[in-house]
Amino acid sequence: MAANAETDAAKDAPIENEALREARRRRMEKLQLLVFFAVVVALPLVIRNSYYLHIATFIGLNLILATGLNLLMGYAGQVSLGHAAFYGIGAYASGILTAKYGWNAWPAMGAALLLTCAVAWLVGKPTLRLKGHYLAMATLGVGIIVSVVLRQWVSMTGGPAGMKTPGIVTFGWELASDMDVHYFYFVWGFVFILTVLFANLVQSRPGRGLRALHDSELAAQILGIDTASFKVRAFVISAAYASIAGSLYAHSSMRFLSPTPFDFHTSIALLVMVVLGGQGTLWGPVLGAVTITFIQEVLRPWAEYDIVVYGLLLMVLMIVMPGGLSRALSTLWDWSRGLVLRITGRNRGGEGYE
Amino acid sequence: MSRPLLQVSQLTKTFGGLKAVQDVGFNVYEGQIKALIGPNGAGKTTIFNLLTGVLPADSGSAQFMGHELMNSPTHRIATLGVGRTFQTSLLFDQMTVLENVMVGHHLRGRANMLTASLRIFGAMAEEREYRRTAMAALERAGLAHLAGRPAAELPIGQRRLVEVARALAAQPQLLLMDEPAAGLNMRETDEMGRLIQQIRADGVTVLLVEHDMSLVMTICEEILVLDSGQFLAEGPPEEIRSNEQVLAAYLGAEAVD
Repeated sequence: MAANAETDAAKDAPIENEALREARRRRMEKLQLLVFFAVVVALPLVIRNSYYLHIATFIGLNLILATGLNLLMGYAGQVSLGHAAFYGIGAYASGILTAKYGWNAWPAMGAALLLTCAVAWLVGKPTLRLKGHYLAMATLGVGIIVSVVLRQWVSMTGGPAGMKTPGIVTFGWELASDMDVHYFYFVWGFVFILTVLFANLVQSRPGRGLRALHDSELAAQILGIDTASFKVRAFVISAAYASIAGSLYAHSSMRFLSPTPFDFHTSIALLVMVVLGGQGTLWGPVLGAVTITFIQEVLRPWAEYDIVVYGLLLMVLMIVMPGGLSRALSTLWDWSRGLVLRITGRNRGGEGYE
Repeated sequence: MSRPLLQVSQLTKTFGGLKAVQDVGFNVYEGQIKALIGPNGAGKTTIFNLLTGVLPADSGSAQFMGHELMNSPTHRIATLGVGRTFQTSLLFDQMTVLENVMVGHHLRGRANMLTASLRIFGAMAEEREYRRTAMAALERAGLAHLAGRPAAELPIGQRRLVEVARALAAQPQLLLMDEPAAGLNMRETDEMGRLIQQIRADGVTVLLVEHDMSLVMTICEEILVLDSGQFLAEGPPEEIRSNEQVLAAYLGAEAVD
């Protein structure tokens, strides 16, 4: 209803108006993101409790992971069932290089990033040439392998007992483990940068190429897009995001790594985050990361059963809300706006001339 | 007539026991509008699929400006300058109309994932430039007022126009159009005919598959008739119109009028 009224108005409006409207819609999205990050920056002023700050930090890590996976699922149309593995590789590579070999955390993070990208490329290159969900199968395998290695390679990883890790030292200044606020800002600084990069990518030539192959691979190829290579690149980028989140986790205020957070159930939680938030949207990962991080906290006493909750959530979402929270919210917003306008009797016909 | 832009020879494709295309050869010359006609199952769309690398050919060759198209991947054929529109327009439904046309610019762009996400090395300037040219293209097609609409919302006639605008954004040398008038009403078909002539006037050679005979007879210089995957006749419209073999196989009562 609302969309029709808008286009009817636009039909008589000068053509430049349509370009302006388009530009305004994109500016609006950017503004929303800025407001969101402004709220995040102000959060520690309100939240004094270090437990809540800790949760807010974890929302940031999950948001990085979900943003990467959203690029793969929502834009390139592929599924990774083992994304926690790349999270784990990033975390342990960074942790081992610092703890066992005495590296500074920054180059260690860089090395972890390269290693993760290399693994993702090796997995993605052969499987993404094929049509179908071979990547999902392959990543499922990678998830299992990484989880076994983390548990069994005791001399390096400390096995199930875990390992201690050092903090991040930047030019002699260390992020102290008792300063949760510092770490909060540190993680959210990364979230901000990675979100901006993602938003830029989506609205660009290669980003449109990715979204195109999600809708129709054939049409994308006819326009000269090498779809197989684009999928591989999207997969490598999503793994890179996971690796960065992992390295940040490795040097978090806990200063401790164990295999559990990098297990299959985290892969599933990430999947649910992306689906719940809304695949292929800018806001989806935010909504998904916030919701699932809270659910994880609430379910902490019954952690073995969280996978049941995720399963149920996935099923219900697919049936009731396939567009996820972000689409549901925007539908609700349009609907309530229409309702308000109808009640107040304002004619929306003039909108195009604003 | 100038040199052949596309030289197809002895093209063959079988599906199981069915010979969909059998030893078909033809030339398309630069600046032509040429039609591929024939009854259903004549192998017209299959030829398009072979030429664009969607299906592998069993044998035969297709030379486009000195490049062999057979068994090249689809995206590489696009790089050489062959564009295509589909029988049922394949738009990117989750993108806006403007973005659809902007994907058409893909081949001409340079921004990669790194420069685009960091907005360095002219990625922004390129983006602005393509947004502007895509908007101008929509304006020419009379679709500017729909630029911000999701492509999924458009009716069939407008979808086809968007698809053509998108294909042209890639600046192809040769445009393959699969039934451009299918599903269009008479007025829209006339407009499509004028659009195709305009496309040719702009320097793009057009090869089309079409069932609408009046459209084919009005705009094409040359017609190739296929029947059951085999070459039947080739020539200008007036010759095809009076060719008895063609009348028997395909035109039937329609041509007598």
